[in-house]
Amino acid sequence: MTRFSYTPPNTLTPAISHYCPGCGHGVVHRLVAEVIDDLGLREKTVGVASVGCSVLIYDYLDLDMQEASHGRAPAVATGIKRVLPDRIVFTYQGDGDLASIGLTEIVHAAARGENITVVFINNANYGMTGGQMAPTTLPGQKTATSPGGRDLTRDGYPLRMAELLSALDGPAYIARVAVNNPAGVVRTKKSITKAFRCQQEGLGFSMVEVLSACPTCWGMEPLTALRWIKEQMIAYYPLGVFKEPSHVRAVAEYGEEPQSCRHEIKCG
Amino acid sequence: MQVMMKGNEAIGEAAVRAGCRYYFGYPITPQTELMEYLARRMPAVGGTFLQAESELAAVYMVFGAAGAGARVLTSSSGPGTSLKQEGVSFLASAELPCVIVNVMRGGPGLGTIQPSQGDYFQATRGGGHGDYRVLVMSPASVQEMVDLVFKSFAKAELYRTPVVLLTDGVMGQMMESVVLPEAQTDESAKPWITDGCKGRQRRVIKSLYLDPDQMEAHNLHLQAKYRQMGANEVMSEGYCVEDAELLIVAFGICARVARSAVDSLRETGIRAGLFRPVTLWPFPAESLQSAAVGAAHVLTVEMNAGQMVDDVRLALPGREIHFYGRMGGIVVSAREIEAEVRRIIKGEEK
Repeated sequence: MTRFSYTPPNTLTPAISHYCPGCGHGVVHRLVAEVIDDLGLREKTVGVASVGCSVLIYDYLDLDMQEASHGRAPAVATGIKRVLPDRIVFTYQGDGDLASIGLTEIVHAAARGENITVVFINNANYGMTGGQMAPTTLPGQKTATSPGGRDLTRDGYPLRMAELLSALDGPAYIARVAVNNPAGVVRTKKSITKAFRCQQEGLGFSMVEVLSACPTCWGMEPLTALRWIKEQMIAYYPLGVFKEPSHVRAVAEYGEEPQSCRHEIKCG
Repeated sequence: MQVMMKGNEAIGEAAVRAGCRYYFGYPITPQTELMEYLARRMPAVGGTFLQAESELAAVYMVFGAAGAGARVLTSSSGPGTSLKQEGVSFLASAELPCVIVNVMRGGPGLGTIQPSQGDYFQATRGGGHGDYRVLVMSPASVQEMVDLVFKSFAKAELYRTPVVLLTDGVMGQMMESVVLPEAQTDESAKPWITDGCKGRQRRVIKSLYLDPDQMEAHNLHLQAKYRQMGANEVMSEGYCVEDAELLIVAFGICARVARSAVDSLRETGIRAGLFRPVTLWPFPAESLQSAAVGAAHVLTVEMNAGQMVDDVRLALPGREIHFYGRMGGIVVSAREIEAEVRRIIKGEEK
């Protein structure tokens, strides 16, 4: 029998999350909490929640937080950071929020090189409102508002946000990762660590795009959803680091052995 | 310190002197001088001026800054103020203090860059979605602009609410002599801000209440606050009201013009008076009732199709309320008001 012993990060509250089985939000919340613990930032961080399934993130992270309206999280974060430049300010946004209604705010925050960190969950649809087409919905993907599949002649093409923002001079660090397997989860944590370290160093805008499963709205079993990320999403949204200042690579070594990876596997 | 200043610039200087160190805005005529002034002035006092990508972004930068504890200002006009309304609803619900200046221009739509008072409904009825009110103050001189900026910040923080300073293109562009108050610093205690939960429980600034009981309780809390504002924050001014046979009700620039009309009418033997609401919400209904007791006629003058006149009618039920208004960016003239008053007194049809 295999037993898992896991110590949750301090930044994670004991609240039971409302997320569906197989949803990636819970994993990414934990990673953000672990990174904040690892860097000792809990008492100097202000988070910004956005509109979507993750709006209730402030119930799960034991941090000061503000709730923004749809798409405006980067503007709210800008206001906070300009007043409190020595605090760590991050937004946690979904793809409908960031890539559709909030496209203006994210592009300009990135272009300004606003010294904030953005955790961007790309699950290729609007989860909270019940699985409608998002700007990130794949060509041919069926959603509640593209029942015949995303039709490129009618709906146009998906937005690759990491690539799009990488074209700007403002961002310091932009990466795309996926939480579809344990190695991906470890890489995601490293990326989130680098993004927060960038902000600590005052290097400017950082964003980690996380490909994440939405089994309920995709109409898939959780394991099928993870396979779909690998086979469909990553094919359209290649993983990698799109922007990284050279001196951040050294800083990035910090993330090699995450302190809070304290999973003990005991065989009995 | 006495200086000659343009209305828009006086608002900017007053904000700095009132301890405001953060401004987020977007250019739009006829308020642009205000942001241009602060683009120069804020860095000189160690403050932050940031030109946002839109009025929407600007109002949410204000949201974040207010939630981080700053005394913060934004300004706009017409279409830009409409864009801001989404954020005003969020600010009101999250109970964040800030001052929002609306230098009104004519509408609807892109309208005109000429002055108007067509945003009275938008300002006094909340403007965005949901049940909320904001304190709305309307100056009638550059000096009063300065004084009301100080008052706006104080009341915004006292009630934790957005305050709207509602003025128009004439007032914004007009130059007058003003006495600038001594500068003060922002030393207000704000035990609700989000600045990192060092040594204390975490705080959340939000407006989402999924539980209907909690949502209703939050609404009841807001309404109780609005009742308190209604009881304590009403301001108005009377001019020659004691013996007035005809009472003109006007705000902002229209009240300035109406005052001249009152003087001219009195020279011709017509006992006209002026009642000027300074707060548009809460509307000074009781003061108006007192002022209108002896007047045989009441005339509301506005630069719109008739908006404040609804509040005048609510304040004076059963009485005939006349209305005279101009639109399209046309400023009402004293001569027009005098003619309207004479027509009403003679009982002539319009």
